[in-house]
Amino acid sequence: MPSKQELLDLQFIDARHMLINLAAFLDRIDRHPGEDDYRFAALKTAIPILLADRPDRAAAVLESFSDHSTELPQTAPFQGATGATLPLIPPSE
Amino acid sequence: MKYIEPHAHMVSRTTDDYEKLALAGCEALCEPAFWAGFDRSSADGFYDYFRQLTEYEPKRAAKYGIKHYSWLCINPKEADDPGFAREVMSLIPQFIDCPTVLGIGEIGLNKNTRNELAIFEEHVQLALDHDLPVLIHTPHLEDKLKGTRLILDSLASFSALDRGKVIIDHVEEHTIARVLDAGYWAGMTLYPESKCTPNRAIDMLEIYGTERLWMNSACDWGHSDPLAVPRCALEMKRRKHTAEQIDRIVYQNPRRFLSQSPKFVR
Repeated sequence: MPSKQELLDLQFIDARHMLINLAAFLDRIDRHPGEDDYRFAALKTAIPILLADRPDRAAAVLESFSDHSTELPQTAPFQGATGATLPLIPPSE
Repeated sequence: MKYIEPHAHMVSRTTDDYEKLALAGCEALCEPAFWAGFDRSSADGFYDYFRQLTEYEPKRAAKYGIKHYSWLCINPKEADDPGFAREVMSLIPQFIDCPTVLGIGEIGLNKNTRNELAIFEEHVQLALDHDLPVLIHTPHLEDKLKGTRLILDSLASFSALDRGKVIIDHVEEHTIARVLDAGYWAGMTLYPESKCTPNRAIDMLEIYGTERLWMNSACDWGHSDPLAVPRCALEMKRRKHTAEQIDRIVYQNPRRFLSQSPKFVR
């Protein structure tokens, strides 16, 4: 198994690149017109997990993007997935 | 390096991809039945698809010295219409005895509905009735955690099921422990954007060991890489995994699981 130093030599530039890309994405969304949505909120909720002192940050980030509901609909309203849980739509009156 | 690609949707790939796989050392690959990127308009579309999987693709692969095997089912995305799904499932028995059909898959859930779950359980029963291995798809992105829990709860109700003959695919960091702890095999899918990157898959190998794990590219019509497994093997080498460790995950493990079907030629 490689040491911390060896992993840093191997992967630091890639991790730095990914972090800057994320920062630029946040700036881009802020700068552009219109409203953001639940996906941007989900991203902001997940980001603090990166700084948590825990050994399972990847799992925790994945859990934060996950649907934690327990109800089972009879049929699907649509087929795809968006990467973050859709907010509950209140029933129409 | 020789390896087995245990999950690839070659109907969506070019013949050039078969050549690339062969050049990279692929000796055998498995193609589970799946969604074509659009919903088929009739069960006849699946009949043709099952013929493609069992007749045409094995010949196309053989031209490059690759053994091609398949798994049959109606995929979860098209299983939300139970009437249609049962019509497609009624076609499966006439293909089950084909010499390259290994089992039932990739069944599972997509949006975690009651309809999908009912068809999933009927597929599991079909596999049990024919004593076949099962390959299970877990849902995408935000639906994966809930879907994995539902699948594990459902499988627990099949007392006759040999958990060693079931692989639950597309695990990630938040689902892998549940799958392995329950006694099933787990598959890690290497995708450029969703599912696992090579480095994340290697992290999971380092944390959970290699006893009941395999890696696959699941290359299909979407953003995917048919050479994802050999690329991950290279990354393992860069991270000081030995040749034996690499061989175990890319060749020995898929061979061990797949050999539970007598049709898989070792």
